[in-house]
Amino acid sequence: MNTVIFRTIAPIIVAIMLVFSVYVCLRGHNEPGGGFIGGLIAALAIVVLGISSSAAEARRALHFDPLSIAGAGVLLAGLSGLLSIFNGNPFMTSIWLYLNIGGSIVPFSTPMVFDIGVYFVVFGTIASITLALESENGEEL
Amino acid sequence: MAAENLPSAMIETVTHAAAWVIVLPMALCLMGAALLLIVRKYSGLGFMLALTVVAGIISCETSLLLQVMESGPVGMTMGKWLPPFGISFTADVFGASFALTAAVVTLIVLLYAEADRPASLAGDGFYALVLLLLAGVTGSFLTGDLFNLYVWFELMLIASFGLIVIGGRPVQLDGAIKYGFLNFLATTIFLLSLGLLYGLLGTLNMADILRVASLANPAAMVGVAALMLLAFGMKAAAFPVNAWLPASYHASPAAVSALMAGLLTKVGIYALLRTLVILLPTTRDALEPVLVLVAVATLVAAPLGTIAETNLRRAIGFLVIGGIGAVLAGIAMPSLTGVSGAGMYIFHAMLTMTALYLVAGLIEKQTGETDSRHMGGLYASSAPLSILFLVLILGTAGVPPLLGFWPKLLLIQAGLAEGDAVGGLLVVALLTNAVLTMIAGSRLWTHIFWRAGFIPDAPLAEAPGRLHYLATGLLTLLIVAAGLWPNPLFEVVRIGAGDMVNPARYTAAFGLAELTP
Repeated sequence: MNTVIFRTIAPIIVAIMLVFSVYVCLRGHNEPGGGFIGGLIAALAIVVLGISSSAAEARRALHFDPLSIAGAGVLLAGLSGLLSIFNGNPFMTSIWLYLNIGGSIVPFSTPMVFDIGVYFVVFGTIASITLALESENGEEL
Repeated sequence: MAAENLPSAMIETVTHAAAWVIVLPMALCLMGAALLLIVRKYSGLGFMLALTVVAGIISCETSLLLQVMESGPVGMTMGKWLPPFGISFTADVFGASFALTAAVVTLIVLLYAEADRPASLAGDGFYALVLLLLAGVTGSFLTGDLFNLYVWFELMLIASFGLIVIGGRPVQLDGAIKYGFLNFLATTIFLLSLGLLYGLLGTLNMADILRVASLANPAAMVGVAALMLLAFGMKAAAFPVNAWLPASYHASPAAVSALMAGLLTKVGIYALLRTLVILLPTTRDALEPVLVLVAVATLVAAPLGTIAETNLRRAIGFLVIGGIGAVLAGIAMPSLTGVSGAGMYIFHAMLTMTALYLVAGLIEKQTGETDSRHMGGLYASSAPLSILFLVLILGTAGVPPLLGFWPKLLLIQAGLAEGDAVGGLLVVALLTNAVLTMIAGSRLWTHIFWRAGFIPDAPLAEAPGRLHYLATGLLTLLIVAAGLWPNPLFEVVRIGAGDMVNPARYTAAFGLAELTP
């Protein structure tokens, strides 16, 4: 796998996959996609990076510990559900905010925040598992 | 708003912030676990954070219990969707009080684990897993939806699997594989039964099931209930499917086995109580012969296992199984007294089994052995331990005035009130279990403490610390106090069992009563 062609192309593939994963995550509310699939795509991007260089390199590129990213995702998803305590609704009731940005109405909602949380959970978990599988013996996880 | 003749699919009433105490325990647990996962590398922070979160959960659940005791079961449905579309949480007195007990047990085990864990293990995510386990347990006690129950079961399984393997000794991996495989099988069977139930009724919301269960094909329902009996029986380690419990609980560190012994099997037996007694009472009647058989076999076989076993913690594992038999006896005679006895036994088992494992951990630490054949003479070197162990063993056997006595009294009363051969059989089995447990326990006590032999020639490297004794003593004190002053507990189980036997108030908590099937 460690050919010059692959190593040269890999960063470009990784960048495209990461951008595409965000796109898939955001369109997911009404169309195919969502946080789970977006997170999977992003995790696969990290896997490609890990194969082309090394697991340690991929970890450095991530900057944060993948399991901590997953934890942050759970926190974000939980917080999005807790918000509805303030307007007299049960847990996980959605709250919508329609903003007029440059002439078009852009809906923001707590389900979107939840979905971004799911994105981080899936991304962090899968990245952590695959990097552990790719890493050399004895490497600090 | 919906058209005039169609009922709305949304809940239109305002939910007050005070009603949130029913979901906050789970939300706090999960988010606390996430936070602990993020900060797991900072040693010292994890323990304090976990303690804070569990204390918060205890305060939420205390308020929930007081609310439920006063005004009956409460429910909350996520996202304002009416059940069966929205996922519901429902707390009745049993659910709320068991959840509270589980949180208290977790708090004490956290104290013990802090004293017990070597500094080299910091950063392994132990505290995050404990909170995840507590989230699974609390969720199972408070959920009002059977599929949601399955999700909490899975969460519990994953967390406990992780807790068993932390440390990575070969014996732990061995225990984890047996535990994981058999519990996975049990949850898969549970999932199968859920699929069938959904096919039959079109709903998995507990209150909704109560509404429509009588309309379904009774024969098919018995099949579903039998699958559930098998699944929850495996989870609870009832007699023929109990092999995983003694094979895995001795492998992990003492604090982890204590936590699992106190919480996991109780959730399984509680799920059985919930499904068979409250949700599907007619199918329970059809399954009664099986229930009686399993209860009697578990009651008699488990203490025999304790007598035959030499490994201390494996022996105690069989005592845990014996307690499951007593709760099964309560499920086999679902009168008000019987269900009260079963509920009270769950309290007793949660507290006493945890304490027994904690004491077993201290004994192992003091002697450096895990096999009771190599122990002896501990009475001379650590008298407090011998007292703790004796009190807990007497409590397990059901000697008055300890906590174990009261539920057995209720169960025996219920058996005598049945007035038939089945009731008599269960009473005999309960009494046999008490005698055999007494024999097994006093035998263990004699071997470990009284018999001459073991003389510690050098002071042990890691003698139990003050925090160890504080945690274990606190729990034992709680058990003794609850035994001496059982009136609050009696009040709790009386209301709880009333709602179990007659679920009208439980259904009312959803506001489903006005909908016609």
